[in-house]
Amino acid sequence: MSTVAVKPSPAGKILWAAIAIIGAWCLGVVALRRGEPINAIWLVAAAISVFVIGYRFYSKFINDKVLCMDPSRATPAVLRNDGLDYVPTDKWVVFGHHFAAIAGAGPLVGPVLAAQMGYLPGTLWILFGVVFAGAVQDFMILGLSVRRDGRSLGNMLRDELGPVAGVVAMFGVLVLMMIVLAVLALVVVKALTHSPWGTFTVACTIPIALLMGVYLRWIRPGKILEVSIIGLILLLLSIWFGAFVSTSPTLGPMFDFDAKALAWLLIAYGFCASVLPVWLLLAPRDYLSTFLKIGTIMLLALAIFLAAPTLQMPALTKFIDGTGPVFQGNLFPFLFITIACGAVSGWHSIISSGTTPKLLSNEGEARMVGYGGMLMEAFVAIMALVAAASLHPGVYFAMNSPGALIGTTAQDAATAISQWGFVVTPDELLNTATNIGEKTILSRAGGAPTLAVGMAQLLHGIIPGEGMMAFWYHYAILFEALFILTTVDAGTRVGRFMIQEIAGLVYKPLQHTESWTGNLLATAICVGLWGYFLYQGAVDPLGGINTLWPLFGIANQMLAAVALMLATVVTVKLKRERYVWVPGIPAIWLVVCTLTAGWQKFWGPISFMAAAAKYSDARDAGKLLAPAKTAEEMERIITNNYVDAALTLIFILLVVTMAGFAIAAIMKAWRINHPTAHEEPYVALGSVPVR
Amino acid sequence: MNMSNLQAFRKWAVQTARLCCGIPDYDVYVKHLREHHPERPVPSYKEFFRERQIARYKGTGGRCC
Repeated sequence: MSTVAVKPSPAGKILWAAIAIIGAWCLGVVALRRGEPINAIWLVAAAISVFVIGYRFYSKFINDKVLCMDPSRATPAVLRNDGLDYVPTDKWVVFGHHFAAIAGAGPLVGPVLAAQMGYLPGTLWILFGVVFAGAVQDFMILGLSVRRDGRSLGNMLRDELGPVAGVVAMFGVLVLMMIVLAVLALVVVKALTHSPWGTFTVACTIPIALLMGVYLRWIRPGKILEVSIIGLILLLLSIWFGAFVSTSPTLGPMFDFDAKALAWLLIAYGFCASVLPVWLLLAPRDYLSTFLKIGTIMLLALAIFLAAPTLQMPALTKFIDGTGPVFQGNLFPFLFITIACGAVSGWHSIISSGTTPKLLSNEGEARMVGYGGMLMEAFVAIMALVAAASLHPGVYFAMNSPGALIGTTAQDAATAISQWGFVVTPDELLNTATNIGEKTILSRAGGAPTLAVGMAQLLHGIIPGEGMMAFWYHYAILFEALFILTTVDAGTRVGRFMIQEIAGLVYKPLQHTESWTGNLLATAICVGLWGYFLYQGAVDPLGGINTLWPLFGIANQMLAAVALMLATVVTVKLKRERYVWVPGIPAIWLVVCTLTAGWQKFWGPISFMAAAAKYSDARDAGKLLAPAKTAEEMERIITNNYVDAALTLIFILLVVTMAGFAIAAIMKAWRINHPTAHEEPYVALGSVPVR
Repeated sequence: MNMSNLQAFRKWAVQTARLCCGIPDYDVYVKHLREHHPERPVPSYKEFFRERQIARYKGTGGRCC
C-alpha cells in the first residue's frame, strides 16, 4: 500500500486550491458568524481542510528540509530486526499502533473544559496548535529517534544536551506521571460520585477482566479478539443490568459512594492491580479498553456526521476574561494549558521515542505515522469539543461548575447560571438528569460526564428509544473509566519501576523488580504519591478538577516544551539553522505559556498561595470555610495548597533549567562549523540483507 | 473487493489489533528465528504470547493520558 503521490500537475494544483478555499470558507463561518448558532459540520469541515493542507504541505516541508528523512536509509527495525521489538512493519499497521498508543482520555477532557470560553478559542488552538506544534513535536521526535536506534527521549536528551539534562527531564517525567494518574483518577471519581449505575458497571470491569485473564491464560491462550468480544458483551450486559441496580433499594446503596470513599477505593484498586501478575488483570483490561477506545471514537465520528448537531454554545463567552467557573485564569495562557493533548502533548514524545521508531520499515513513513497520527488525535479533540458545545450551555455549566458557585440544588444552580447569561430552568436540569438515569448532573466536572451527555444526546438523536439515552450515557462513562483505569494500572507499574530504579541507587537490593519487598515498597510509594493528589482533589473546595487540571496541563506542556527544545538543539547541531524556527517557535511558545501559567498559579489572585492565605486567614480568625467542617480539614486544605504551590515552583524551575541547557547547547553548536549531532551512521537500505 | 483483498484486509486488521496490545506478528518472529537463529527452539504461540504479554508492561510509556 502506498500513499497517493500528489504530483504538481494542473489538476493537483486546482484540487489543493479548492481544498484551501473550502477550508478558508468554513473557518470564516466558524470564526465570524455571530448571533446565530452554526452547525458542527462547518467546524468539522474546517478542521479536515486545515489538517489535509497541513499534512500535504507543512509536514512535507519538515520531512524534506528539516528532518531530511531519507527513504534509502536503513531504519533501526531493519538493522536490528529481532522479530520482537525491532520489526519492519507495514506502515498502516504502525499507524494504527501509534494512534492507539497516543489516544487517551486527555483529548476528550481538555476541549470539554475549554468550552467554557466558547467553541472558537478551543477550535483555533487545536487546529493551529496541532499543525505547528503538536504534530511537529510527534513527527520530529519520531524522526530523531529513528536516526538514533529508536532511543528514548531521556536517552536522546542525555546525548544531545548532557547527562544532567537527562536526569532533570526524567525526574520531570516521573512527577508528570504522578499528576496524570491523579487527575485522570479524579475524572473517574467525579463521574461516579453518587452514581450507583456508573459505579456498578465500572466495578463489573474487574471480575470481567479477571475472567478474561484466566481465559487467555489457560482456556484459549492468546485469542485476544475472541476474549475481547466476550468481554464486550459482558460489559454491555453490566450496563443494562446497572439500570436495575440504580433503582434497587437494596443494591443501589451498596454502589452509592461519595468522592472520598471512591478516592480510597481507587487507591486500593491501583495498588492491587499493579502488584498482581499482568496477565490476570492489567493485560485483559488493556485489550478491552484499546478496542473500546477505537470503536467509540469511530462511533463518535459517525454520530457527529449523521446527527450534524447545532452548536448551542456561543463562539465566545464572557469567560474569556478569566472569571469562568470551570477553570480560573485568562484565555492566555490558560486555554493553551487546558487543551494539552489534542493540540500538543508532551506525553506523545515518549511514545514517538518508544515502540513506534522500532517498527518503521522506512524513514519515509515517519511523516504519516508521526504527523498524521497526531492530526487524527486532534480530530478526536475537535469531536469532543463539538459534543460539549452542542449541549445546552446551561446544562454544560451546571455539570462543570463547582458546588461552591452554583449550590447543590437544581433550583439554585438554574438561578446562578441564568444570572451568568445562560438561561436555563431547574426543570431542564432535572430532566437531563432523569433522561440519563442519574439523580443529579450538578458539578460533575472533569469532562467525562459532559462528553457522555453530549454523546448520549447525539446517539439518541440517531437511534431513538425509551431509556436508550441512559444506556448511552453509561456506556460513554464506562468507556472513559475503563481506559482511565488501564492508564492508572499501567502507570502505577511504570512508576513503580522508575521508583525502584531510583531507590536502587541508594540501596542496591531494592532494584530487583522480582523481589516482593522492593515491589510492595515501591508500589506503595507510587500509589501514595498519586493517591495524595487524588484525595486532595476529592476534598478540594472547588471540586478538584478546577485546581488540579492546570497542574496537569502545565506538566504536560512542560514536557512538550522539553521535547521541542531537543528538536531545536538537534536542528542546530545538524547545521540546519535556517529551519530552527520550525521546532523553535513552538518551543518558545510553550515555554512562555507554561511559565506564565505556572507563575499565575504560584503567585497572585488565582494562585495556590492566595488560596492557602485565604484559608489560613479564616483559620486565624477562628472561622471555617466550606467545604471544611473542622479545624483539621482547614489545616489540610492549607497544606494541600502549599504542596501544589511548591509543585508549580518545581515545574517552573524545571522548564527554566532545561531551557538553560538547550540554549547553551544551541550556542555551542552554532559556533562549530560542522554537524555535531549524535546520529547513527548511514546504512543504505539496499545493503541490508532482506530478513 | 475480491477475495484476496478481503484476506489482506483481515490480516492487516488482526496484525494491527494485536500490535495495539503489544503482541507482534508471531509468523514473522518464527520466520526470523528459522532464518537467523536456527539453533534456538521455536516457541509455541502460547509461549510467545505469554512472554510478550509480560514484556509489554516492563518498560516505560506505552500509552498516553
